[in-house]
Amino acid sequence: MDVGASWYLVLAAMIFAIGALGLMVRRNPLVMFMCIELMLNAVNLTFVTFSRELNDIGGQVIVFFVLVVAAAEVTVGLGIIVAILRRRPGITADDVSALKG
Amino acid sequence: MDYVVFGIAAVACLVGALGVILASNPVHSALSLVGTLFGIAILFVEEGAHFLAAVQVVVYAGAIVVLFLFVIMLLGVDKAEALEAEPLGGQRPAAAVVAAGSLVLVILLGIRAAEVSNGAKAVGGALNGPGANVAKLGRALFTDYVFAFEITSVLLVIAVVGAVVLARRPDRDEIEITETEAAE
Repeated sequence: MDVGASWYLVLAAMIFAIGALGLMVRRNPLVMFMCIELMLNAVNLTFVTFSRELNDIGGQVIVFFVLVVAAAEVTVGLGIIVAILRRRPGITADDVSALKG
Repeated sequence: MDYVVFGIAAVACLVGALGVILASNPVHSALSLVGTLFGIAILFVEEGAHFLAAVQVVVYAGAIVVLFLFVIMLLGVDKAEALEAEPLGGQRPAAAVVAAGSLVLVILLGIRAAEVSNGAKAVGGALNGPGANVAKLGRALFTDYVFAFEITSVLLVIAVVGAVVLARRPDRDEIEITETEAAE
C-alpha cells in the first residue's frame, strides 16, 4: 500500500518552513547556507512526489538539475564565505550588511 | 510497511531539519543536515526515484556536507554561537510568523496543484511502465532535456573557476596597494 502524495507534500512543506525559519533567524553564514539546502531538498521532494503522481519523468529530471545547481551554488557560496571569513574571522551576516570592503 | 518506512524517514527529516536550525555549533548543524538528506534519500527510494536517491547520497551527503565541514574546520568557526542573543528586536517572532505563513501557503498550493493537475500528463515520457528508473531518466535527460544538460556543464565550469578565483589568497602586491590606499 503506497503512502499518499499528500503526506509527502505536507512533509516537504514542513521541511521548507523549517529551512525558511532558520534562514531568517540564524546569523552564522554557514548555517544559513545549510538552511538553503534544506529548502532545496524540500522542493526536490515535492518534484519527485508530483512526478510519481502525474506519471511524468520530467519531475525527476528537474530534480537532477536542481542538484547540479545546488552543487554549483555551494561551491561559489562557500568560496565567498571563505574569502570574507579569512579577512575578518568570527563574522556574522549582520556584520557584512554593508557592501563595502 | 510503506507507512512504517515513510514514518521513520519523515521523523529523520524533521529531526535533522530542526537540528540544523537549533544546534548552536555549526558542526552539529552539518551532521543534522546529513540526517535530513538521508531521510529524503529514503523517501526517494519509496517513490521509485532510485537514481536520484543514489545521487542524493553521493552528491549531498558525500560532497556538499563534506565541503561544509571542510570549510568549518578550515576557518575554525566551530565555536558555539550564542543563540540567546537577539540583536534585532522582534525578529524571531516575525520570522516564526513568516515561516508559519509559508507553511500554510505551501500546503494550500500543494492541495490546489493536486486538484488542477488532472489534465494533460506525461509530456516528457512516462514514469511507469517497463524499464529501470535510471534508463528512463537517462533517455529523457539526453533527448528532451539535452540542451539544458549541456548548459549545466557550462554552469559547473563557471562555478569551479569562480570558486578558485574567490578562494585564491590575494597576491602580496595587491594587499600592499590596498593598505596604502587605506592609509591615504
